[in-house]
Amino acid sequence: MKRVNPDLWAGLIFIVTGGAAVVLSRSYEMGTAARMGPAYFPTVLGLLLVLLGLMVAVRSFWQAGGEAPRFHFRPLLLILGSVVLFGVLLERLGLIPTTILTVVLSRWASREFKGKEVAILVAVLSLLAAGLFVYGLSLPLRLWPELWRY
Amino acid sequence: MSGMLGNLALGFGAALSPLNLLYAFFGALVGTLIGVLPGLGPIATIAMLLPVSYGLEPLTALIMLAGIFYGAQYGGSTTAILVNIPGESSSVVTCLDGYALARKGRAGPALGIAALSSLFAGFVATFIIALFGPVLAEWALKFGPAEYFSLMVLGLVAAVVLAHGSLLKAVAMVVLGLLLGLIGTDVNSGTMRFTFDLYALSDGIDFVVVAMGLFGFAEIISNLEQTSERQILAPKIQGVLPTWDDFRQCWKAVLRGTALGSFLGILPGGGATLSSFAAYTLEKKVARDPSRFGEGAIEGVAGPEAANNAGAQTSFIPLLTLGIPSNAVMALMLGAMTIHGITPGPQVMSEQPVLFWGMIASMLIGNLMLVLLNLPLISIWVRLLSVPYRLLYPAILLLCGIGIYSIKGNSFDVFLAAGFGLLGYVFRKLDCEPAPLLLGLILGPMMEEYLRRAMLLSQGNAAVFFTRPISLAMLLAAAVLLLLIVVPAVRTNREKAFQG
Repeated sequence: MKRVNPDLWAGLIFIVTGGAAVVLSRSYEMGTAARMGPAYFPTVLGLLLVLLGLMVAVRSFWQAGGEAPRFHFRPLLLILGSVVLFGVLLERLGLIPTTILTVVLSRWASREFKGKEVAILVAVLSLLAAGLFVYGLSLPLRLWPELWRY
Repeated sequence: MSGMLGNLALGFGAALSPLNLLYAFFGALVGTLIGVLPGLGPIATIAMLLPVSYGLEPLTALIMLAGIFYGAQYGGSTTAILVNIPGESSSVVTCLDGYALARKGRAGPALGIAALSSLFAGFVATFIIALFGPVLAEWALKFGPAEYFSLMVLGLVAAVVLAHGSLLKAVAMVVLGLLLGLIGTDVNSGTMRFTFDLYALSDGIDFVVVAMGLFGFAEIISNLEQTSERQILAPKIQGVLPTWDDFRQCWKAVLRGTALGSFLGILPGGGATLSSFAAYTLEKKVARDPSRFGEGAIEGVAGPEAANNAGAQTSFIPLLTLGIPSNAVMALMLGAMTIHGITPGPQVMSEQPVLFWGMIASMLIGNLMLVLLNLPLISIWVRLLSVPYRLLYPAILLLCGIGIYSIKGNSFDVFLAAGFGLLGYVFRKLDCEPAPLLLGLILGPMMEEYLRRAMLLSQGNAAVFFTRPISLAMLLAAAVLLLLIVVPAVRTNREKAFQG
């Protein structure tokens, strides 16, 4: 595979986000230097970011950067997936079922997955979460799905 | 002087209440814990425990959060000495001589010296805050918007210069952070900026969301990339009391480290990590026989340990007196103060003396607690190291999730944090440090506000930043810092310092 310089990618990210800020700011009022509108500061920052991104990207062509980044998709997808799952389920299923599902999914990200160990971990964390946050700090979180109340 | 003692008495009165003592202890305990555990830093932890602090009095909350911060310095050194793993970036240099001492069977005295130097430095630094804080705050009351804007520029530049890695990328990360900070409703015009018609974004992106994404989730993902679980064999420890010879050998190093750390902590961008590196270099320079360093020189533990604790403590000065955070942890403390309805700045000391002095007094108490907590319990902390990461990270993930959700009772923030987790992971892969982004995020709205006010007062004339002497001095200092880094000699030194 061709070696990709991480600086080139970093530079491109900065250029794109800076450019987006400038473009989006066009729909807000610019104002004057004395009376700055909502678009003034973000436009200046956006232009600065584009400039910095260009410098980073251009420099990457003759400065030997670090190694080409290697992404590990298993932990990336499983960890971010568990976070999203947590957000989706919490209001629908309540804290305890959400904790169980989130912990099990996130544990897949690690190479070692022992059923018994995960079961104990799930039990301990569910009790801890319910005890600390719901009973201890009385955060307004439901423990179980709505139906279970009746 | 007598005024200071009176103020400290006021502070102790508040900090010694049973509840505050309890939370100071809790903070120090949690701080030591995360310091010992690699892969979990103070930024993610403070963010994680913010929801716990919502229900507390502001002073109690700040005492707990500050305890986490300086507790982490203590815990980080323990693992550095025993198993050659720096728990925190500020204890990287402690590994060099600390671990060498441990291999020689002198782990106990090394731990003892580390804890006692830290305690001494913590005490001195606390008195420095008490002595110079009020002076600085009085001076800062004269600041207008132009001075504040220039001060923030200086702070951001300094933070960037002292960050790891590429300067250019760090500046870009700050600017990106500033931009992210502008998301939400513009206070002057009521315009929704960059909200993409999402109601959940109208209040802006909460810094806790960003901190947990960039530091909490992204760290978990990077840690899981390591293929094998680490095997840790901690040496046996017999007795932590250093001998008289040890004391004789290192008391000067402790004094030097304390002085250096206290000074570097006050500088914008400074703090614990920089202080420890600088102190190690200094000790090596002044030593009669520099070749002992790396082979188990006790000064090589005492100097940096004193310096990192002093630096950690005095980095509260710019936050408490000017309202400007000098590093990412202080930026989180600023956020925590805002949540509790306190606007950090020179007025805190005069308007809420109990809060200000109570927090300072709690640092003395916390340091003492840490020594009592660390030395006798050392074997328990060591055993914690053998907790496998696969049991740890699901707990971190869960705590982060609940913490984020409870900020606003809103799942949107959880999704947003997952997004920042992805961003943080990508930035790590591209060698972009995320800490400057967090600093920019918190300073963004403040900077815009001061810029607007300064330009309004000067009727649009940008010369105001250069004609007012204090403002000019700060901008010149920022320019000098930037120029220095371009000069090749300084650059190589900086690279060397961060190779640790």
